[in-house]
Amino acid sequence: MKNGNRIPGLLPPSEWQLRRKFLEQAELVPGGERISRCLQCGTCTGSCPVSYAMDISPRKVIALFRAGQIEEILRSRTIWICASCYMCTTRCPQHIKITDLLYALKRTAMDTGLYPDRFPVYLLSRNFVRLVNRYGRNNELLLMLLYHLRRNPLELLRSLPLAVQMYKKGRISLWPTQIKGVGAIRKILEASKALELPREKEEIEYAAGMVGYRAVGQLPPAPAD
Amino acid sequence: MEYLYYPGCSLEGAARQYDESLRAVFGALGVGLKELEDWNCCGATMYMSVSETTSLAISARNLALAGQDGGRDLVAPCSACYTVLLKTDRFLRESPELKEKVDQLLAGAGLRYHLNVKVRHPLDVLVNDIGVEAVAGAAASRLEGVAFAPYYGCQIVRPERGFDDPEFPFCMDRLFERLGARAVYFPMKTRCCGGMLMTTFPEVCLELVKDLLDCAVENGANCIVTTCPMCQVNVEAYQKQINKRFGKSFQIPVVFFTQLLGLALGCSEKQLGLDRNLIPLRVPLPAVGG
Repeated sequence: MKNGNRIPGLLPPSEWQLRRKFLEQAELVPGGERISRCLQCGTCTGSCPVSYAMDISPRKVIALFRAGQIEEILRSRTIWICASCYMCTTRCPQHIKITDLLYALKRTAMDTGLYPDRFPVYLLSRNFVRLVNRYGRNNELLLMLLYHLRRNPLELLRSLPLAVQMYKKGRISLWPTQIKGVGAIRKILEASKALELPREKEEIEYAAGMVGYRAVGQLPPAPAD
Repeated sequence: MEYLYYPGCSLEGAARQYDESLRAVFGALGVGLKELEDWNCCGATMYMSVSETTSLAISARNLALAGQDGGRDLVAPCSACYTVLLKTDRFLRESPELKEKVDQLLAGAGLRYHLNVKVRHPLDVLVNDIGVEAVAGAAASRLEGVAFAPYYGCQIVRPERGFDDPEFPFCMDRLFERLGARAVYFPMKTRCCGGMLMTTFPEVCLELVKDLLDCAVENGANCIVTTCPMCQVNVEAYQKQINKRFGKSFQIPVVFFTQLLGLALGCSEKQLGLDRNLIPLRVPLPAVGG
């Protein structure tokens, strides 16, 4: 919206780039192309247990995507508030994989850095990935320490009583378990770095009218079912 | 009967009693559980937000390892692990392109996944493989006096239609009612508890958990029975905070379904890790007479 008055049907270049990034991510989701079937019925929003806390409802996310305003979606809280309970995906009459598309949006936001600094979900995910890459397993205590230290150390004090209680019950393991095959995890990561080098993509002509269904149509066609 | 067992990271930490009670229950029923050698984290909901292909490959390493081990069914008790492993398997089946990429990544670690592993939830195994009648036959006592809210959580029945209805599952209700417990009316049985939102957006999550607790208590439950480590912690450990924030007085035990089942099967409280629960389960459990 910050682009001011827009020529109807014309996407600004920044939006076009974001759209391409998102479509690349959405392509990875089997069935991701079904986003083009959305009826805007709002079943997703009505079913979502956390839509009340979102600034943009799930239905509106798809509407904004169609209207060529991905940046607005990426700057919202919505994609990060989704707790992935899959209720929307289960109920969608058009079988759109909404939860998985929100993951694709999260990845787009992370790749392009479009989220506030020290943003909670981003921070938590990054630290989680760091632990898994290092040890092969997650350790709840270490994850909470890493997360709160960077986000708000005061929070550590506040959660101390609960942590002590859990510790007394033997429900906190102090040391992370490192798996024997951690070398294998490293190899997978190295291989994936090579794989995720920017792909030579066919340049798509930047043209007027590439919003709505025509822009959506850049995804591979849906299989007949 | 023997199954491969994928405990998942939570069962080494906050949900240790789930691990203990699951082993005890399967032991009491004479069903073997063999822990998957050197398993790694499934990636949960968070790895997926960072990189899809890598996340799938990390999760697929477990499936590849399980595939080497005779292709037995892989039992994953944690809802997130169950969903992620299942989703990995389905994604790789549905998309040859993704399969190729993931195989490329796994090849670096000398592994390959042959799409030959079935991921199962222990509840599914208990109800559909072992059978409610067989479980009831092995019971040492009846669960009279237990009025429970069956809380399945969101992920074990969704997103892919699994072993029960995605919105209103019934298998756990049936299992415990056969054992003499009473399932209270609990329409929020698959409503999300918020999961990791308790860390990232606590104000949103506390509200969700409050609604769940309200629903269970108002319908007369004296305990909540759950299948998921995240749900168990969120619903049990934050009751004090919720009481303070919303002026409530919740003090309701939240146990894993394997803990309650273990009681019926005659396992000891120690075996079931009941002493690890923050709010103790105090329900009179009379022994069955014939």
